[in-house]
Amino acid sequence: MQESTIAVTILWSFLFIYSMLGSLDFGAGFWGMIYGKNAKTTAARLANRFLSPTWEVTNVFLVLMVVSLYSFFPFAASLLATLLLVPVGLGVILLTIRTTFMVFAEKVNRFQRTFTVISGLTGVLIPALLISILPITLGGFIDDSGDFPQLMFGKLFTSTTVYMHILFGLSTEFFLSALFLSDYAIEANDKKAHNTYRKLSIWLGPLTLILAVLTTITMNEEASWIVENIQENMYGFLMSFIFFLIGYTLLFVKRPNGERGYTRLAMISIILQYAFAIYAYGAAHMPYLVYPYLTIEDGFTNPATFYQIMIAFSIGMAILIPGFILFWRLFLKDKRYLEQE
Amino acid sequence: MDAVVLARILFGSTLGFHIIYATLGVGIPLIVIIAEVLYAIKKDKDYALLSKRLVKGFAILLAGAIATGTIVAVLLNLLWPAYMEIVGQVIALPFQIEIYAFLIEALFMSMYLYAADRMPNWLRILSIIFVAFGALASAILITDAHSWMNTPSGFEMTVNGEVINVDPWKAFFNPSFGVTAVHVAVSAYMTVAFIIGSIAAFKLLKKNISSRERTYHRKSLTIALYVGAIMSLSTAINGHETAQMLHEYMPRKLAGAEGLFETTKYAPLSIGGFTSREEEEVLYAIEVPYALSFLAGDRFDTEVLGLNEFPEELWPPLYIHTLFNVMVGIGSLLIVLSFFAIFLRWIRKKELPGWMLALLVGAGPLAMIGIETGWCFSCIGRQPWTINDVLKTHEAATQANHVGVMLFLFLGLYFILAVATVVVLISYFKRQPLDEEMV
Ligand code: HDD
Ligand code: HEM
Ligand code: HEM
Repeated sequence: MQESTIAVTILWSFLFIYSMLGSLDFGAGFWGMIYGKNAKTTAARLANRFLSPTWEVTNVFLVLMVVSLYSFFPFAASLLATLLLVPVGLGVILLTIRTTFMVFAEKVNRFQRTFTVISGLTGVLIPALLISILPITLGGFIDDSGDFPQLMFGKLFTSTTVYMHILFGLSTEFFLSALFLSDYAIEANDKKAHNTYRKLSIWLGPLTLILAVLTTITMNEEASWIVENIQENMYGFLMSFIFFLIGYTLLFVKRPNGERGYTRLAMISIILQYAFAIYAYGAAHMPYLVYPYLTIEDGFTNPATFYQIMIAFSIGMAILIPGFILFWRLFLKDKRYLEQE
Repeated sequence: MDAVVLARILFGSTLGFHIIYATLGVGIPLIVIIAEVLYAIKKDKDYALLSKRLVKGFAILLAGAIATGTIVAVLLNLLWPAYMEIVGQVIALPFQIEIYAFLIEALFMSMYLYAADRMPNWLRILSIIFVAFGALASAILITDAHSWMNTPSGFEMTVNGEVINVDPWKAFFNPSFGVTAVHVAVSAYMTVAFIIGSIAAFKLLKKNISSRERTYHRKSLTIALYVGAIMSLSTAINGHETAQMLHEYMPRKLAGAEGLFETTKYAPLSIGGFTSREEEEVLYAIEVPYALSFLAGDRFDTEVLGLNEFPEELWPPLYIHTLFNVMVGIGSLLIVLSFFAIFLRWIRKKELPGWMLALLVGAGPLAMIGIETGWCFSCIGRQPWTINDVLKTHEAATQANHVGVMLFLFLGLYFILAVATVVVLISYFKRQPLDEEMV
């Protein structure tokens, strides 16, 4: 493999990890807000129990993605700067509000509900904004008649495909977080919350699938190149669909104790569904970072720096793995944490 | 306004805001470790309470540090693309390694906050040590990128602007990295010590607190004074080395800092006043004969380059003299203040007098002003370069539209966030008053 291909694969893996973690994070914040006032269910408490220790780690993965993008592809900086200032700028403004208000809500009683609602709602808007970057990279929204390519906001915000992307992003966020929380609820021995989230996943799953198909159909003319590439990579999307079917079916299978749903296995299967889809989409996007202005080869850094980064990266991960394992045991497995009142 | 000017204002104010949270984030864990260790040695519950309350405040501030830090990372890339193009090829390592520092801090902070009751004592102390290590490492790594902008190395530029012969580790260990990193670290520690001292002094000035609370605050003030005294002295000593680094590598900045126009041996140090372009000297200043030469080279006959050696379009703004003076002035003042306070207590072995406490209340905010002016001095003093002698600021800036709108939105955000942070901190500690937590 070429170095630039290795780099883009790593970057794409970070994107995959962040899209999973981000969905859980923002989704859990949203459910926490929705069920926050509802005394009948413990769903909000469960969501917050997951969020409190994890949001910081999730945020680091976002930073990791940004830093890696620019370390691997520094020559992409100029173009991305003009295209992304507004969408990404707005994204981090919302992210700041969401992060700080969520922590504030946990710490004080005054304004607690206001803080929760604001952070829950901004948490919904963030993935919507971030996913609108995808159609921008597909071409068709860039005006290059001036000295520098600029984003055409008018065209962007009146195009169907952007809204389809946003809807798809939102349904993914809700689906993944609901499914995850229904599994987390079993770990926490919380039947009520489990039922709430399982019901949500059951109708959100098919909705997400339908929206994914509709999004591809509505891609505009300029993006026809990727539709063609997607058709060539059909194999990956097919695998993705099969894993969806397996995962979704598992939600209904009876467990030995008489209850329905192997949620852990379903969760794994749905993650595989997304993994296949995201990597197949990434393969279809090659070799462009931004169509047709920038390919990965144009953007790539020099090999000396690339290899140093890879070494630093491997050492860093090796050191951190014990930390992650300890973290997992303390917050995702330990009954004393999960079942406390 | 020009997009470049807007970008500079936006970026400068973003960093100026982030650094408040970041400095607290670097310093508080150190004080927590000290309190934890004192508790382990003396078995005095007050120290456990101090560390507990500090951590609570830290958790609130950390949200701001992380959120604003994420903004900095994103804006750095979006506002200065030509700079990032070179950074990505030459000095990507510290940014990449910094991620692991963040991860270490994030993982162990969550453990300390949410799992302390399930961990053995040693693991709890170990995790706060990791938090302190992560915060310090992230500050030092980002300072590495900053010091490289001042003394760029580890690459060559061809005439048509291509970057060749990259040596990432040579860039990492650029000439000013060592001194600058130490300066950032010790100045952050001194600042947090003085801020904790300010709070304690403020409480001690109140007449109506119980003697139990008084003892508690006195202990917290003692820690603050000792750490503050040691760290402020270290900051000054190391600041002296930093100035020598400027003398060697960035003579323009040093000349600007001192308002020195003509190259001279036996150069005097001007304190205060302001630099006049017309008269080519610092007006209304107190001059200390030979001091600048001594500061720059440890000898009275060191030759210090003046601004006239350089074309005027490469001069930094002349007001950096004031920024430099404020930083050094605050540093000197706080050394005197903290050592005098320790001296008084040591001689009299009594409570500090009210006027001394009143002065100490001001020490924390002053130290924070020292941080702000120091950074502004360093970044503005580098102008017109973003990467010294390599890339000009106006070449580094983005060509995007709408920078003005974003500036407006971000300034609004910082205002809201600043107010919310203060309100939350106050109402949090009001709800958990000290006397109720003491049992
Ligand atoms: C509490 C804060 C504080 C205090 C009291 C001091 N400094 Fe400082 N100084 C900083 C906080 C700081 C800083 C904010 O951390 C800077 C900005 C950039 C950097 O690397 O550190 C800095 C930069 C900085 C620079 C510029 C480095 C550069 O541009 O690359 C010099 C020459 C000094 N300092 C020298 C001193 C001296 C001689 C001091 C005497 C007491 C002093 N500083 C006190
Ligand atoms: C010298 C000035 C700076 C200092 C001392 C500093 C220090 C810190 C500290 C202590 C944190 C909290 C870390 C955590 O808990 O994870 C933080 C957060 C952060 N800083 Fe800064 N920083 C500085 C400047 C910058 C700059 C210039 C950048 C951008 C390149 C930056 C990027 C970040 C990011 C991305 C975060 C969020 C980390 C996370 O997600 O956990 N910082 N910084
Ligand atoms: C956190 C404390 C810091 C503060 C308060 C600060 C302040 C400023 C200010 C006021 C400017 C505008 C200068 C001008 O254009 O006149 C600036 C520019 C800049 N700073 Fe800093 N800075 C800080 C740390 C850093 C660090 C750690 C880095 C590098 C990683 C950095 C990189 C830059 C860049 C790239 C610019 C824009 C280009 C330029 O104007 O040279 N800054 N900063």
